[in-house]
Amino acid sequence: MSVDLSQFIPSFLEESFEGLELMESSLLNLQPGDHESIHSIFRAAHSIKGGAGTFGFDSVTEFTHLVETLLDEMRDGRRDVDPKDVEILLAAVDCMRLLIEAARDEEDYDQDKVAQTTKQLEQTLAVNSDDNSTIPAASENAEQTPAMAKYNIHFVPEHNLAKTGNDPLFLFSALAELGELTIKAVTSELPALTDIDPQELYLSWNLILTTEATIEEIQEIFEWVEDECELKITQIDNDKVTNDSDKTTHKDVSNEELKQTDIPTIATTSQSSDNNAEQANVTSGGVSKEQAAKPKTKAKAEVGSIRVGVDKVDNLINLVGELVITQSMLSELGNDFQMDKIERLTNGLEQLLQNTKELQESVMRIRMLPISFAFNRFPRLVHDLAIKTGKAMELVIKGEQTELDKTVMEQIGDPLVHLVRNAVDHGIESAEVRLANGKPEKGTISLDAYHQGGNIVIEISDDGGGIDRQKVFAKAVEKGIVEPNATLTDSQVFDLLFEPGFSTADQVTDISGRGVGMDVVKRNIQSLGGRIQVESTAGKGSCFKVNLPLTLAILDGQLVKVGSETYIIPLISIVESLQVDNELVNRVSGDMALYRLRDENVPILPIYQMFGLKTEYTSINNALLVVVEADGQKVGLMVDNLLAQQQVVIKSLKENYQQVIGISGATILGDGSVAMILDIPGMIQMALTHAQNKRHNTPHNKTSLENTVIGEYS
Amino acid sequence: MAKVLVVDDSNSIRDMVSFTLKSAGYQTVEAKDGREGLNKAQGEGFDLVISDVNMPNMDGITLCAELRKLANFKFTPILMLTTESSTDMKMRGKSAGATGWLVKPFNPEKLLATIKRVVR
Repeated sequence: MSVDLSQFIPSFLEESFEGLELMESSLLNLQPGDHESIHSIFRAAHSIKGGAGTFGFDSVTEFTHLVETLLDEMRDGRRDVDPKDVEILLAAVDCMRLLIEAARDEEDYDQDKVAQTTKQLEQTLAVNSDDNSTIPAASENAEQTPAMAKYNIHFVPEHNLAKTGNDPLFLFSALAELGELTIKAVTSELPALTDIDPQELYLSWNLILTTEATIEEIQEIFEWVEDECELKITQIDNDKVTNDSDKTTHKDVSNEELKQTDIPTIATTSQSSDNNAEQANVTSGGVSKEQAAKPKTKAKAEVGSIRVGVDKVDNLINLVGELVITQSMLSELGNDFQMDKIERLTNGLEQLLQNTKELQESVMRIRMLPISFAFNRFPRLVHDLAIKTGKAMELVIKGEQTELDKTVMEQIGDPLVHLVRNAVDHGIESAEVRLANGKPEKGTISLDAYHQGGNIVIEISDDGGGIDRQKVFAKAVEKGIVEPNATLTDSQVFDLLFEPGFSTADQVTDISGRGVGMDVVKRNIQSLGGRIQVESTAGKGSCFKVNLPLTLAILDGQLVKVGSETYIIPLISIVESLQVDNELVNRVSGDMALYRLRDENVPILPIYQMFGLKTEYTSINNALLVVVEADGQKVGLMVDNLLAQQQVVIKSLKENYQQVIGISGATILGDGSVAMILDIPGMIQMALTHAQNKRHNTPHNKTSLENTVIGEYS
Repeated sequence: MAKVLVVDDSNSIRDMVSFTLKSAGYQTVEAKDGREGLNKAQGEGFDLVISDVNMPNMDGITLCAELRKLANFKFTPILMLTTESSTDMKMRGKSAGATGWLVKPFNPEKLLATIKRVVR
């Protein structure tokens, strides 16, 4: 029978990539004498080789075999773990990845790279050329003789054969599948009944097998017992009996008497008569090419899969069960409702709320993955960058178990890579400079992730030279981004880094410094509904803080009323809500007003004005202000009323209608009405552009607005 | 039908072995390493154990030796699934009480054919 294993290719691929990641991270952290790591690296390579062989990914099998051989020597202590070997193994991990991807996508791979690494591996192995330790399972296909032959098999098992789990009965059954078998038991060794130990074996056998199989195939059946028995197989005659192998016979062996019953077996009679009699010796090498080829495209299509723990699914089913119970209770209540049942209704609704909330949380949890999936690539990246730049540094990763939505995770990878590259290239100084400044020779780059009020914060920090404020400012002036006489706060200066076309590196290296990154980084983060902040101390280092929503599907929002409309302000953007104290309002020009919030001047943006709504609350006096912040800029949104805070499901406006400036999406509220979700950065942008146009119209009106409105937003 | 305990740390190999056995009518129970395998074996009896050698927590050889200490595993066939076809490996398996070995790459037809030597 043929078993189609192609459905397991996707899980093999997934597992292989995980294995490669493990190999990589273990190699990077490999300390001399760390046997446990070597073992786990070996195991990962070993599993990949095994699986690849099964699916006929020969290029992977062959290459991995070399890697495995090298690892095996390290594992056995026959070879010391030398940093050079680690580099070769890292390169080999890359090649394995290439090969597996190529096998998955049925595409070509970078042959040169693989050939080069293969050569390095072979050279390394040759240096310590021991006799080959692990030989790939050779197919033991001896020349087939299609002719029938008769064999005499003398089988004398040791008395304790059964203790290894072997049973002669099964061996004979397997033999019977090869051809016609006659079995004679030799009972001469049988002791007296009283002396019999039921766990011992006292019989021996003489078997005559007429088969097309070779002597090797017969021997193979005894492969597992050859050390526990005396075995003599001799060919009696070489007569061609018959070529008919369609029928094999099965003999039932009983202790003394041999009953001959011919049972046609369902067993594998081979396809063609010239290579038949292979039942017990199917060609090794795994699933045939045709079988393996089919599902490859399928595997590619399934890349978007997610692996979910059974417990999470069970939990969901449980919750759905509860929901069904609540539903049936409520519908029963509704069938014949009377006012005296109101309390039960309230309870039921309360329960429904609870169920829904739990269900929502559980569903969201399914999409959550530990951020280690995104962090995993950094040890290697930093390792490679350290070699490339010649700077000594180490990477410290914290909070890698912090969970994050899979979609957010996938999109944050590249921006993080960019930030880490920047930290290495621009942040960490050369060893000489560090020593001269009294710092440890080795620089430190840290990645940290933690949850903060419904958001995830990712910090990328380094203990390098910090951002040179003067240099950034000069550069910004040179590029015409700011006016030479502008007075900016530190954070405003650092924000200039995110301007398009900005770069402070004196030398453009191939690692970073082309100035085509930071603005993209910022845009990517913003498109995820997040924000990025920079803190830096000259001589001490810098820290980039990325603040992201945990998920893109649900948002914690503050509902506000403006005229007849309800809007939702993302909670992440809200700094505080307050009632305007008239004395702190500073009218600057035309309809622009600033609010003195402690030591800051916050522009007041009346939402009704921005969206052209009608409302009776048009006066700033005693108005309600929601102070929001985006890109380090605060504004006060004037609203009629503050409503509830709740989680809302985000519906895309772009997909259902079109992009609207100042609006990031929409949601459907409990009463069925549609509410718009405000896009705070967009609104601030809108307002500031508006204000600046105003300012240009009235050029002599110099006010404190200059301090608040920064050139970069123009 | 015979009940088989399949022990392997690789999900895909374990799934494949289990799938192959099930498709031939065997009943299977899976464990992800030797320790889990041993726990499961302590709870119930099996007609056959197929175990990987290289596994975290408890390797296949140790599992085999531990199983042989259990009364109801004294005669149970235990097969080691391995890519290492060296005689050294085989001897280590034998001395721990393994019945035989299955050499990877794992091939479903071969698996079904060879386990017939120890279980029906």
